[in-house]
Amino acid sequence: MTTLTDELPEKIRKRSGKLLVPHITLAHGGGGKAMRDLIDDVFIGAFGNPTLNTLEDQARVPLAELARLGDRLAMTTDSYVVDPIFFPGGDIGKLAICGTVNDLAVGGATPLYLTCAVIIEEGMPVETLRRIVDSMAETAQAAGVNIITGDTKVVGHGCCDKIFINTTGIGVIRQGHQLGANRARPGDRILVNGYLGDHGAAILNARGDMHLVSPIESDCAALHGLISVLLAAAPGTRFIRDATRGGMASVLNEIAEASACGIEIIEAATPIRREVKGFCEILGLDPLYLANEGKLVAVVPEAEAATALSALRAHPLGQEAADIGAVLANGRAGRVHMQTVFGGRRIVDMLVGEQLPRIC
Amino acid sequence: MKYVDEYRDPAKADTLIKEITRLANPLCAQRGRPVYVMEVCGGHTHSIFRYGIENMLPPSVELIHGPGCPVCVLPIGRVDDCVAIAEHENAIMTTFGDAMRVPGSKCSLLQAKSLGADVRMVYSPLDALKIARSNPDKEVVFFGLGFETTMPSTALTILKAEAEGIDNFSLFCNHITIIPTIKAVLDSEDFQVDGFLGPGHVSMVIGTRPYDFIADHYRRPVVISGFEPLDILQSLWMVLKQLDSGNPCIENQYSRVVPEDGNRAALQAINRVFELRPFFEWRGLGSIDHSGVQLNARYAAYDAEKKFALPSIAIADPKSCQCGEVLKGVIKPWQCKVYGKACTPQTPMGALMVSSEGACAAYYQYGIGPRTVVDSQPVGEHAL
Repeated sequence: MTTLTDELPEKIRKRSGKLLVPHITLAHGGGGKAMRDLIDDVFIGAFGNPTLNTLEDQARVPLAELARLGDRLAMTTDSYVVDPIFFPGGDIGKLAICGTVNDLAVGGATPLYLTCAVIIEEGMPVETLRRIVDSMAETAQAAGVNIITGDTKVVGHGCCDKIFINTTGIGVIRQGHQLGANRARPGDRILVNGYLGDHGAAILNARGDMHLVSPIESDCAALHGLISVLLAAAPGTRFIRDATRGGMASVLNEIAEASACGIEIIEAATPIRREVKGFCEILGLDPLYLANEGKLVAVVPEAEAATALSALRAHPLGQEAADIGAVLANGRAGRVHMQTVFGGRRIVDMLVGEQLPRIC
Repeated sequence: MKYVDEYRDPAKADTLIKEITRLANPLCAQRGRPVYVMEVCGGHTHSIFRYGIENMLPPSVELIHGPGCPVCVLPIGRVDDCVAIAEHENAIMTTFGDAMRVPGSKCSLLQAKSLGADVRMVYSPLDALKIARSNPDKEVVFFGLGFETTMPSTALTILKAEAEGIDNFSLFCNHITIIPTIKAVLDSEDFQVDGFLGPGHVSMVIGTRPYDFIADHYRRPVVISGFEPLDILQSLWMVLKQLDSGNPCIENQYSRVVPEDGNRAALQAINRVFELRPFFEWRGLGSIDHSGVQLNARYAAYDAEKKFALPSIAIADPKSCQCGEVLKGVIKPWQCKVYGKACTPQTPMGALMVSSEGACAAYYQYGIGPRTVVDSQPVGEHAL
């Protein structure tokens, strides 16, 4: 005799929902059919993978697979609230993947899984959301990570600025990698993988207030491949950090503070595009503090610096890599100095508040 | 950058530093103190710190960072008035970026914005007029400030508003004039500056003649200077040469930009729209006669001070602040009692800690204390 349970088919979803309206409404966050249609059509359609497709309240990941890859779990979370949401060189979706992948990779982790939580302002065109989600899917696929769980909320008009995205990332750190800002030692070299300030300048320019026609594009990119190359070439690497908000200057100050060492950088060796320099000159901003989304600062033992620099330069995301300075044996602890192009010397401090354009 | 890198050549700087040292050392010995040269303009102050110029100079010459940052010298009461307008239900307050951070007695415009006031950053007063055009049901106020550098664009915006019949636009005017300010500094009892680096952008508008009295009456050299590091060093060398010769005069190092007679069209616009105030209050310096401008009677309809009921309460600078003494070169920023303690860029008490062009904020950001602060050894051979 069979029970009723035995007669139930295995739990599979027979119908995929389809969004038929042009704009997101509060109903799409209401937990009913509209929300399921949104998830099925937009998110599953783009991100679909066996773990996500089960649509459980949690993603379930086999531990054995993680343990095979390393000895420590790395976890990070970040929220993305950029204006404008589409900009030269990227969009908020690409940013939400690259940013979290990079936060894992700079710790020496192999990024594996991401979550995706979105807060959408009602009234957003469905096509705009699709563009963002498709961009996330494309970036995640290129980065070799799966989006395995997520959440969708819709808020009233004016309660958020178009769309906010949170991504949490999980990765595994290979045995032997020990990276930390406090590991910098006197004599270590400071490397960057290319032009600084592109993202910050591109975003400011994209807002259109200045009506400048400029070719500046965001450097938004996933850096885990480049970091693998760097760690293979310079296994003694002390520290890596992606220089996002606050720019390179903030990262250098963190290193100086955590390691209780002084740092000196050479302005002439610091790669900044002419367009970004010009943009900053007009507005009275300092490119050292501008955000990047595809740039890392690495502290490498002096003996490995040349090898590390060659390896970075051989990678597409490191062609303009540069050795910009050093951790000092006799510097003032916690201080970052710059030797200016002009032959002067100045302190590069932490940014106070946010950079605001000067009046004249 | 074409025509920029040329002004940042370290080899040329080295030559100039040698010349400056050669001239300054005997002048310093004569005086029994360093030669004091004041840069009047905040833009110069910014460049001096940005390029580490101060630390390149010999001990025989010292730069005094003058009152030329219009953001720094805004009095607390005026900021309070500005915040009062911004908090008005029907108002949109617009201003330049760094003006948004100036602290009032309660809060800055940035803080007012965070509490819900409609405050918008613009790059030009014309942007503010555009906002007025697209928000006809709102009163759009431009918080105008700055020396003669920014005055013409404000004046032209008022003229444009009049021409287009835009009546929901007004100006909260805090523009100030350079000459009475320099005169006030020269007349102060404890003033001991030997020469001036004249402001480049202001002079582009007013020309070089208005400074004649400084050489004629006060016997101090003035060199109108550009903003690139080599401009500043060359101007400093020119000041020292004048001191050495004993013949002070007004020289124009920035002649590629500054015409002797200034900019006629800009001056016409200024004179058409503005009139001198009897006096204006300065943070750090007190009240200075005829040092500020206001809209004249013809343009009173665009005067935010007439459109809005304002508290207009004069609030004294905190007693512990010594900004006035720093501005006049009597003390260095780090010698002020509250510098780096109660007064920091995060919590500015005094005028000079407010904007990145303020002397104290620049010292704080680029190094605290005397020159010896930049004390690390050069990295040496660069591995590139």
